[in-house]
Amino acid sequence: MTVAVLGIDWQTLADAVGLGAIYALMAVGIGLVFGVLRLVNFAYGQLVMAGAYALAFASERGWPVSVGIVLCFAVVLALSLLMDRIVFRPLRAQSPAVMLVATFAVAFLLQSIALLWFGPLGKISASLATLNQPVTISGVDIRKIAIVATVLGAACLLVLVLLLGRTRVGLHMRAAAMDFRTAELLGVRAGRVIGAAVLISGLLAAVVAVMLTVQTPLVTPDFALRDTILVLAGVVLGGMNRLVPATLGGFAIGFASGLLGGALPTDQSQYLPSFLFAAVILVLVIRPGGLFTREGQQAVERV
Amino acid sequence: MTAPALAVEDLEVRHGAVTAVRGLSFEVGKGEIVGLIGPNGAGKSSTLHAIMGAVRPTGGDVRVNGVSVVGRRAEDVARRGVALVPEGRRIFAELTVEENLRLGLAGRRSRDGVAEDMRQVYDLFPVVEEARRRKAGTLSGGQQQQLAIARALVADPEVLLLDEPSLGLAPRVVDLVFEALADIRERGLAILLVEQRAQRTVAFADRAHVLSKGQMRLTLGPESAGDTDALVSAYLA
Repeated sequence: MTVAVLGIDWQTLADAVGLGAIYALMAVGIGLVFGVLRLVNFAYGQLVMAGAYALAFASERGWPVSVGIVLCFAVVLALSLLMDRIVFRPLRAQSPAVMLVATFAVAFLLQSIALLWFGPLGKISASLATLNQPVTISGVDIRKIAIVATVLGAACLLVLVLLLGRTRVGLHMRAAAMDFRTAELLGVRAGRVIGAAVLISGLLAAVVAVMLTVQTPLVTPDFALRDTILVLAGVVLGGMNRLVPATLGGFAIGFASGLLGGALPTDQSQYLPSFLFAAVILVLVIRPGGLFTREGQQAVERV
Repeated sequence: MTAPALAVEDLEVRHGAVTAVRGLSFEVGKGEIVGLIGPNGAGKSSTLHAIMGAVRPTGGDVRVNGVSVVGRRAEDVARRGVALVPEGRRIFAELTVEENLRLGLAGRRSRDGVAEDMRQVYDLFPVVEEARRRKAGTLSGGQQQQLAIARALVADPEVLLLDEPSLGLAPRVVDLVFEALADIRERGLAILLVEQRAQRTVAFADRAHVLSKGQMRLTLGPESAGDTDALVSAYLA
C-alpha cells in the first residue's frame, strides 16, 4: 500500500514522522536555552552523544535496559549542569558570538574526550534494538520506534506546553525569553530560570539519545552531529526567536529528511543533506523571518 | 527615629568616562511623593537604575528601610520591597494582561494577601481588570501605563519608583495616572517620581528635586509651582 501522490509507502511516512518527532525535541532543547540565554548551543549534539555512550556502556556490560536509561539521563543531566556552570554562566554577559564560539569549543572538547576514552570505532548500544521490529497495523508494517518516538515526542511537548503555560517558573521562563532585563527588574530569579531551561533542555537531550540509539545503534564520537546540524537548520527555518515555530521547523526538517531518505535510491542517499540545505536556503530567501512565524512578527520584535 | 523608606546618600554613577550622577542625596519617607525633575541627561534615570541595582553606583549608598542595597542584583532589590515602573512601560506585549500581573508577583516578599492586592489594583485600574484576558500588546499606551503601574503594585512594594510615567500619554490619561499616584500614596508607599512635566510634578509632589548635569540644583515645595523663574534658572544651571 502506498501514498499514491509521491510513491512513498506508509512505512517511510511513519518513520519520517518518528524522526520529525525526535528532531522536534532537539529543536525544543536548543530553542529553550536560546530563548533564555540568547545562546545557540552547538554542543547540544554532544550531550546526546554522551547519553548514547552511556547507553552503549550499559548495553555492552549486559546491564538491564532500565539501568542503561537511568545512566543515560544521569550522564546527560550532569553534563548539562556542568556546561551551564563552567561555560554559560561565566559568559552570560558576553556577546552571542563569544558564547557561540565557546559552545563550538565545548562540542569539540566532548568529541575529543569520547575519541580518547572509547576510540574511533564506536560502541554498540543494542539493548533497545527490539524497538526496530515492526508491528502490523491494518496491513502496514510500522517500526515500533516510529510509534514510540511519535508518542513520546508528543507527550514531551504536551508536558512542556503545560509547564510553560501553567506554572510560575514557566511564566518566568517565557518572560525572560522576551525581555530578560525587565524580568529581573520585576524580581524574577535569573539563575533559577536559566537553570530550569538548561535542565529541561538536558532532559530532552537524554530522551533524544535513547531514541536515536535505537535508530543508529553504533555510537561513535560524531554521533548526533549530523542530526544537530540539521536541527539547527530546522530551527532557523522555523524561526529561531520563538519556541513553537522553532519546534515546527525541527519537526519539518526531520520529516523531510525521513521522506527524502525513503524516496531517494540507496546509492544516492549521500545527496540527502544537499537537498535539505538547498530547501532551507530557498525558504529563507523567500521568508527570512522563518517558515512558521506570522507576517510582520519580526518587525514588531525589533521595536 | 525610624529610617526613611528610601535614602540616597552621596550617590555617584559613572558610565565609562561620563559621570551621570554626582553627590546626590535625598530621602523619601512613607506616604511621601518626591519628584525628580530636570532636563534630558540630568541623571534622573541613572539614579533610578542605581537604586534598583540595574547599574552599580561608583560611590555613595542607597538604603531601603535603613538597609543598604548597593551591590545587590535587581531581582534582590525588587524582593526588598522596591518596585520600578520603567520608562517606556516595558510590559510583555505577547503575554496576557493577567500574566503580566502575575510576573509582578515575582517581587513579593510574601505569598499572603495576593488576592486582596490584586483586588485593590483592579479597583484602582478597572481597565486592567476588563482587559485581563487580552494580550497586553493590544492595549493602548495609556492602558499599558496603567498595567505597568498595576504590575509594580502587586509586588506589594514599600518604595515605588516611576520613570516618566506620563511620557507620550493623552492629557486625560495623565490626569488618571496622577490621581492613581495620589491614591497609592494614601496607602503609605514611598513614591519617587521621575518626570519631564516639571511644573505639574512640583505642584503634585511633597517636594521636587531639580537635577542638572548629575547634581541637585534646587528643591521646590508645592508652593513654588508658580515660580517659573526659579525652575528655569535651575534647569539652565
